[in-house]
Amino acid sequence: MTDTITEIPVAPTAPEAPSPAAPPAPTAPAAPVFDVPLENAGIAHGLYRDGENISDTKAPPGDIQSKWTTRQFEAALVNPANRRKLTVIVVGTGLAGGSACATLGEAGYNVKAFCYQDSPRRAHSIAAQGGINAAKNYKEDGDSTYRLFYDTVKGGDFRSRESNVFRLASVSTNIIDQCVAQGVPFAREYGGLLDNRSFGGVQVSRTFYARGQTGQQLLIGAYQALERQIAAGTVEMNTRHEMLELVVVDGRARGVIVRDMVSGKVETHLADAVVLASGGYGNVFYLSTNAMGCNVTATWRAHRQGAYFGNPCYTQIHPTCIPVSGDHQSKLTLMSESLRNDGRIWVPKNREDCGKDPRDIAEEDRDYYLERIYPAFGNLVPRDIASRQAKNVCDDGRGVGPAIGDFRRGVYLDFTDALQRMSAEAVAEKYGNLLDMYQRITGENPYEVPMRIYPAVHYTMGGLWVDYDLQSNIPGLFVTGEANFSDHGANRLGASALMQGLADGYFVLPNTIRDYLSHGPYPKVEETDASVVAARTSVQARITKLLSINGERTVDSFHKELGHIMWEYCGMERSETGLLKAVDLIRGLKDEFWRNVKVLGSAEDLNQSLEKAGRVADFLELGELMCIDALHRRESCGGHFRVESQTDDGEALRNDDEFAYVAAWEWGGEEGMPVLHKEDLVYEYVHLKQRSYK
Amino acid sequence: MRCVATSTLPPSIQARRTTIAMKLVMAVSGSLFVLFVIAHMYGNLKMFGGQAAYDDYAHHLRTLGEPIAPYSGVLWIIRVVLLGSVLAHIYSAFYLWSRAQGARTTKYRMKKAAAATISARFMRWGGVALLLFLIWHILQFTTRTINVNGSHDSPYDNYVAAFQPSVWWVFVIYALAMVALAMHIRHGVWSATQTLGWTGNVRARRRANTLAITLAAVVSIGFILPAVFVLFGVIK
Amino acid sequence: MKITLKVWRQSGPKDSGGLATYELDDITEDMSFLEVLDVLNEGLITSGEEPVAFDSDCREGICGMCGLMINGSAHGPEVTTTCQLHMRSFSDGETITVEPWRADAFPVLKDLVVDRSAFDRIIQAGGFISVNTGAAPDAHAVPVPKENADKAFASAACIGCGACVAACPNASGMLFMGAKVTHLGLLPQGQPERDARVVKMVNQHDHEGFGGCTNIGECAAACPKEIPMDVISQLNKDLRTAMQHGR
Repeated sequence: MTDTITEIPVAPTAPEAPSPAAPPAPTAPAAPVFDVPLENAGIAHGLYRDGENISDTKAPPGDIQSKWTTRQFEAALVNPANRRKLTVIVVGTGLAGGSACATLGEAGYNVKAFCYQDSPRRAHSIAAQGGINAAKNYKEDGDSTYRLFYDTVKGGDFRSRESNVFRLASVSTNIIDQCVAQGVPFAREYGGLLDNRSFGGVQVSRTFYARGQTGQQLLIGAYQALERQIAAGTVEMNTRHEMLELVVVDGRARGVIVRDMVSGKVETHLADAVVLASGGYGNVFYLSTNAMGCNVTATWRAHRQGAYFGNPCYTQIHPTCIPVSGDHQSKLTLMSESLRNDGRIWVPKNREDCGKDPRDIAEEDRDYYLERIYPAFGNLVPRDIASRQAKNVCDDGRGVGPAIGDFRRGVYLDFTDALQRMSAEAVAEKYGNLLDMYQRITGENPYEVPMRIYPAVHYTMGGLWVDYDLQSNIPGLFVTGEANFSDHGANRLGASALMQGLADGYFVLPNTIRDYLSHGPYPKVEETDASVVAARTSVQARITKLLSINGERTVDSFHKELGHIMWEYCGMERSETGLLKAVDLIRGLKDEFWRNVKVLGSAEDLNQSLEKAGRVADFLELGELMCIDALHRRESCGGHFRVESQTDDGEALRNDDEFAYVAAWEWGGEEGMPVLHKEDLVYEYVHLKQRSYK
Repeated sequence: MRCVATSTLPPSIQARRTTIAMKLVMAVSGSLFVLFVIAHMYGNLKMFGGQAAYDDYAHHLRTLGEPIAPYSGVLWIIRVVLLGSVLAHIYSAFYLWSRAQGARTTKYRMKKAAAATISARFMRWGGVALLLFLIWHILQFTTRTINVNGSHDSPYDNYVAAFQPSVWWVFVIYALAMVALAMHIRHGVWSATQTLGWTGNVRARRRANTLAITLAAVVSIGFILPAVFVLFGVIK
Repeated sequence: MKITLKVWRQSGPKDSGGLATYELDDITEDMSFLEVLDVLNEGLITSGEEPVAFDSDCREGICGMCGLMINGSAHGPEVTTTCQLHMRSFSDGETITVEPWRADAFPVLKDLVVDRSAFDRIIQAGGFISVNTGAAPDAHAVPVPKENADKAFASAACIGCGACVAACPNASGMLFMGAKVTHLGLLPQGQPERDARVVKMVNQHDHEGFGGCTNIGECAAACPKEIPMDVISQLNKDLRTAMQHGR
């Protein structure tokens, strides 16, 4: 989900060099202190091994501005008559998948689409609130494709690929045109033209929005375009179908094994190419702002078939979510970050005040910690900083609200000052629906009692590794949207997820996939082919296994425990000891899962426990890889904060000399260890610099 | 069960084959009836003007349009139009009723109404009741097949005779029918404006509801008032 | 809190189904209604009984996947989605009846899960603007009066949950359809296909077996997005106009 305030990527006044306030200045080889100084802990503990370096070979050479037009020209064309002989499978029908299905269908390819929901309109893209960025420069305020590109690379903390980001910025304008033509009701000004918002630290207005429901409106637009193609017969839509395996034949992705979630039937679908648009994996944390059904299975199965997983540890944690209220909690709800524009964040100075009614705590006993630590940005510091500081004060025992586990997890977001300054009506006008939502969920009136917030997992920047064509290292397997790793580096800017999903689906993939398809149709694959049979058999065996264990613990109890481990050790703050511990814990949990899980019912009908069990099994494996990735990356960047790599005053410290690369992980086999492939990141246009918000 | 969304467009796509078209039939035919009952009620109020006024009015209905139209000609045209309307109204009502029955064959074990007015809920059975009443009313006053308390040449005398306290149950039938009519008009008028697409905003909806309630009250009270006066001997 | 749940259990589309009664203790006011069902399911699995199947996804009131008839009201006693309904709306010791949406156009698949693909087919029939990717003019080429844009947005807020159908005594889908017809009909981009759209969609709606509208208003009262009956009026008007244009 996106929300209404763009994270401030870099202070407009950010110094080029690390802040002078941060001695010992990390000149060239940064000097974080590690217990295992010479060898990476992951290697030392035999958790992974190094492999060959990789690189993107598809982005054409030349000036960054012309790369995309060159690539569009060089990508071979497919004769319209041949398109209907080519079949493309698309898994996931959110913004990235739905828009790709519609566009490929319009072009005349045979598209087979799959989604686990009962309709493509339910995909979790729908929950994005704030907006979508586009370098339209309708406000004539100095915005440009180049500036959006620049902001995105910097916002990603220099861990994304320049060529991809530039393309994203340049097609962003087409997205708005397309959506308006589809009837997406963007907010407009009285003159009838589109309105833009300026968010947080970004000094240009480039965010298009439809009240707090931008994701919904964009998804419905893509959904309608998709339904139009379904009616036209170019797209075959399979709802309530879950992809359980990728079929790779002769080294190429040629199909998927899916389960019809209503009849339980395991089906084989074969095609010339497979597109995964199956979203992110934030649910590995159990509690996140993701939808209940969001899962990693599609991409994880592809990973096990050989696709590299890029930067799995990059997770975005959003600071303004409604806190957990108890053990039964199933899901976290995001509130727009715009609340930080007028709300003040604080906790009590004294631990003994934490249980008190906040209105009874005197002003001098309150610690407005963000304003104290970051006087320049105050409550508007970027997401990762706001999140981490909230964790720090709660870890310090000064959190508020009900104790969850061993301590209170929440901080106050107080509108008292705003209410005095602006009047209740003005506050309601600006934030009414958010405050109402808070009241509905918590039962507390935010006009009287300060709200409580706590960070929650929100978005995963990592995903399957892809090249400039959005093709993974398995030929014929394309990955779009949140499912790939490509455009956000180590941290995603607000209002950029929607942009990437639609850019990939409408404009990028349809152009790049045709280069692959132009070499087709590929040799016909029979359902009796050994690789197909093997894939289907393994799916059936897994289902049978899950149903036959008949242990003592429910799937959810395993998922909760995994989430707890991930949150504690691979959440906002990661340390070597914690991550090593997490790997051990996850391995133990995985072992227990396959011995002791209890899944009732049959494989032949709608069985939600079985669906969940398969997803949790994959989350367990992913969780381990995330920890290993976090362990090996001994630097702090974007959403990844390693306690060992921080400045003296506790800020994230990147280590560009050692870690300016994409970590693309190869599946090492059931008993083997993952293999790390590095794709070096070269910055020709945006110069590396350290963030500072003091 | 279709889980895979496939294109299953109906064979013939025409606006006039839809349930909304059926609703339009209902709205238009119902509106004609509303106009009719208003006129009818106005005529009945002539009971307050005395025997001459009322009988003149009744006679005039038959000579309306003369000499261009023949005796009772206009009246028969009106009767034919009304008969057509009532048939169309009943047909569309039963069509939609049976569709609704088929649209939910498994009923809820528990179902609460959140917005339905009593009038709306009583619409279908109320309509049946009004139909039965209509037949009774025609048999009693138009064809005079049913003769309560003597038959007279003067329509005024017929009216007065019908609502004498000695045959109080006739009054009860009419009073109940007027309640049913009020409710039918209350929901029907609102529903017709909505079906005709005239209630596209809050204000228009409020106006339509006010109009519906007003018409319901005016027509039903206007009808029953002379009967009440007869019952209590004020009109003799 | 202590509550008694009477939940509709139905093993499959062909099963006749019935209400099963479960008692739950340790329910807190902060729990959402679906979390209570989660708790129920955890208990059922532990005791070896198959859990209750029900749909939910985003659990923040926007995807439209959840939807239950709770104590005879679609999405329960508040104007919200089932996932945003919290237990503080109920009292201690209360008996709560939970049923699936009931409409023949929404067949029950299992327990509380129904098949709403009829809605998708209504959209397929015409609930879109035909514009291929890349064929769009600049977004500022056609100004849209703010009033129309705002109204279109309000209609487009529909989440397709099906509460309107569930609440309607006729099991009619007119509010859902009216919302889409109004949304697209208010925008200049939606004009070329306006007549064809409404006729095709209403035909599909009737073909799916939904009932006709009798303007009772239960749909608008149940709608978690508070879409008013105005959109049905607009739908009727558009169909009438299409008839006048000879469709």
